[in-house]
Amino acid sequence: MTKADLADRLYEKVGLPKKEATAIIETLFDSMKGILAEGESIKITGFGTFLVRKKSSRKGRNPKTGTELEIEQRKVVSFKPSLQFKALVEKV
Amino acid sequence: MTKSVLIEKIAQKLEGLSKKQTEVIIETIFESIKDSLANGGKVEVRGFGNFRLRSRNARKARNPKTGESVDVPPKKVPYFKVGKDLREMVNRDL
Repeated sequence: MTKADLADRLYEKVGLPKKEATAIIETLFDSMKGILAEGESIKITGFGTFLVRKKSSRKGRNPKTGTELEIEQRKVVSFKPSLQFKALVEKV
Repeated sequence: MTKSVLIEKIAQKLEGLSKKQTEVIIETIFESIKDSLANGGKVEVRGFGNFRLRSRNARKARNPKTGESVDVPPKKVPYFKVGKDLREMVNRDL
């Protein structure tokens, strides 16, 4: 399923015209990106929480050449699904 | 940030939609993602990330209270893989 399929779903379920649906989907995910880029987490009740975690720098190795290199500190986005979401897919 | 704050933020950006309408639409988007995964599908949101299921093997666990060994059956868990855009955005000011 892609953003276009999500737009179709919105049309089927709430009768929202496809153009509007696409605009809202873009706005939603753009806003979420902006919030996460500021380091803020987003909790969607019944779905899950998106959080930004800091990873400190560490030594790694290029798996091909074996050369040691420094992996710089960075931030990663992680998603913690809600219990409800987990229960829904557990037996798929 | 919670869902209601997010909804308010988005309702402000979208002209012609009330807060209530925005709420219904956003709820529907997240419900659709859940439904898709519940039906064994995956959802790809270009620039944001992909949602899919991952398998967890069966394992033996222990009841921490009684110390009894219990079998945990194999299961599926929701998994989110962050998209390139978002991954780069969160690291922009490092």
